[in-house]
Amino acid sequence: MPDDRTVEIRGGAVTFRVLAAGRGAPLVYFHSYHERSAWSPFLDLLARSFSVYAPSHPGVTGSTGIETLDDLLDLTLAYDEFLQALGLERAHLVGHAFGGMMAAEIAAVFPARAGSLTLISPLGLWRDDAPSADVLILPSDELAPALWHDPASGVARQWATLPVSDQESLAAEVESIQRRSSMAKFAWPIPDKGLKKRLHRIGAPTLLLWGDADRANPLVYADEWQRRVKGAALRLLPGGHMVLHETPESAARAIVEFIGA
Amino acid sequence: MKWNVDTELQPCRQEPVPGDHCCPVALDKQDEGVAGLAEAGGGSGDSGEHRSEAGVSAVTRAASVAAALAPVKTVVSSPIAMKICFFHLMPYRFLPDDFEQRYRSVWVDVPHHLHDPEKTRGLYHEFLDELEFAETQGFDGLCVNEHHNNAYGLMPSPNLMAAALTRRTSQAAIVVLGNSLAAYNPPLRVAEEFAMLDLLSDGRLVAGFPVGTSMDMNFAYGINPATLRDRYYEAHDLVMQAWTRPEVFSFNGKYTQIRYANIWPQPLQKPHPPVWIPGGGSVETWEWTAKLDYVYCYLSYFGYKRGKATMDGFWEASARVGADDNPFRAGFLQLVCVSETDAQAEREYFPHVHYFYQKCLNVWEGFAEAPGYRTVKTVQSGTRAQVGAAARRVRQSLDWGQYLDQGYVIAGSPATVRQQLTECIKTLRVGHLMVLLQIGSMPKELALKNTELFAQEVMPHVRDLWPGYKDRWWPSGARNGSA
Repeated sequence: MPDDRTVEIRGGAVTFRVLAAGRGAPLVYFHSYHERSAWSPFLDLLARSFSVYAPSHPGVTGSTGIETLDDLLDLTLAYDEFLQALGLERAHLVGHAFGGMMAAEIAAVFPARAGSLTLISPLGLWRDDAPSADVLILPSDELAPALWHDPASGVARQWATLPVSDQESLAAEVESIQRRSSMAKFAWPIPDKGLKKRLHRIGAPTLLLWGDADRANPLVYADEWQRRVKGAALRLLPGGHMVLHETPESAARAIVEFIGA
Repeated sequence: MKWNVDTELQPCRQEPVPGDHCCPVALDKQDEGVAGLAEAGGGSGDSGEHRSEAGVSAVTRAASVAAALAPVKTVVSSPIAMKICFFHLMPYRFLPDDFEQRYRSVWVDVPHHLHDPEKTRGLYHEFLDELEFAETQGFDGLCVNEHHNNAYGLMPSPNLMAAALTRRTSQAAIVVLGNSLAAYNPPLRVAEEFAMLDLLSDGRLVAGFPVGTSMDMNFAYGINPATLRDRYYEAHDLVMQAWTRPEVFSFNGKYTQIRYANIWPQPLQKPHPPVWIPGGGSVETWEWTAKLDYVYCYLSYFGYKRGKATMDGFWEASARVGADDNPFRAGFLQLVCVSETDAQAEREYFPHVHYFYQKCLNVWEGFAEAPGYRTVKTVQSGTRAQVGAAARRVRQSLDWGQYLDQGYVIAGSPATVRQQLTECIKTLRVGHLMVLLQIGSMPKELALKNTELFAQEVMPHVRDLWPGYKDRWWPSGARNGSA
């Protein structure tokens, strides 16, 4: 079981719930907002090679203070202070979807923080000719096929299962709205918040990981990222947008290999 | 029978309403006896023309000048009680028969190739005719509202319609419900345009400030749901300061910074036009509205039976913040169809009512509510969105009997409508009733018939509800109802 604790910054105005496990060089994982749980088999696999820290974003259950963060820059600064509070001058940064966008922001604004950067189907760029799916608002029956290569797979069905009792169902609805509205605060209505102006500042070795059947954030964005982040490597894995949960072994191995190389 | 506003006006009774042409100070001096003489169907008989200087009798003018010069006295309100307003959504009524099968949403991404500008050109004039006709029939107020990317509300700018109404009406309140404050940059624009409307209408403006629906604000206008309410509250503060502060001031807001806030012109009504807040059942809005002593309006499409929980919530919130139970703190929108008999009402109105519920409220679930639009507190209170999958399931394949049984529409003979409308007004404790009489695909002739029957056969019978309460939220330049 990962260690579960709370890290405060700004005298407690912002708190991060952070799960941590493993030994080795520090690696910080930034969640996508579609992960219902703060820990996953993918992180277990990474924890075999690294000291993994997985903070929940402010506004997501356990982390607080989103009302004090007005925009993406505020959130980026908060994560800088969070890393400071953990005593991590430098870490491997890994992020998925919105978390990938977040990791890239940190690596661009605070280049010294990033030992390496792994972006798994990151948001943050925009092309009018290939809009990423409007994942914040898709009803559940349309969201699952957008996120999962095979919505009928065990892991996808487990993700899609919601409680049946009214009380738990209301709690799940509140949790889901909180999660998505927290992302909306920083990414509404289009997730391009100017990152492209800052990407040239990234100095860390960068890996792009993408499911080859990603329907939520199409592959054209991989090209876009490669074009804008000098020297970024692209690794395609069989799977959809949730590739790190669909094939956690391949995803974790790709990261270990990349960082070890 | 032909229903034509221009040629078949009902004869208007001519008793002048003291104060109806004059300033707020003069209105305050009205006493019960005099105001009580005013009759329904008012107006000076020249509806269709803007009131000119010559149209104001010398006696009235002199009286109002004298009144304006006299010291202000607090006078008990007139016995004229209930206010009844004619609400128009301005729906596009030419959607294809299979619209709800072929298109996922009437709002946000409804393809605009479905819209024929040639038809709409005619529509605006029909709608304005219907609103103007309502004034001649004695309605106290004319309501317009704001929607975007929407095929049932062709009014992205209600202020334009309100401005048109000021020219050809002279008695009714112009109730703009309203301007979604967070959508205006800077929000001073609302303070300015409402001030213009107040002047144009001789002080007949009701200033409505909705947060705006999620479809309008978050989707059509791209405003962040996480900060929409915060923006709204800040914009409200700026507008109210712009109307009430005597000096040029600076406003250092989070969303709007103005170094020299100083709007010209200022509104006619002092300290400002009455403020009504259209809400959709959010807990925060109830308390905020009651605290600031504004009118809370529930613009529901689902009738008085379903509206009760929301209005009860507002009254409870009012009590919590120490406000009294004056029914004029509340407004409610109800769909109404009147015909000669119950059976005829079904024959005449069902297709149009059905068009409204099946096509006009066909909103894709994903657009029903952006994440964060409702606060957690409101989500936990169990208030549901009016549109989206859940609402659609409730609506689907409703027949006439169900529309009526569930109270979505109050419809039937005048006697039927009178009885249910009285129940609606009493159970919700509503002093400002708004009625939607042009519904969905209803053509002009039928809308005018509905309006006239309502005005003549129903309105007089619910007029005397709420005696003894003072309506402190009615525009000073508007006809003060009738007895």
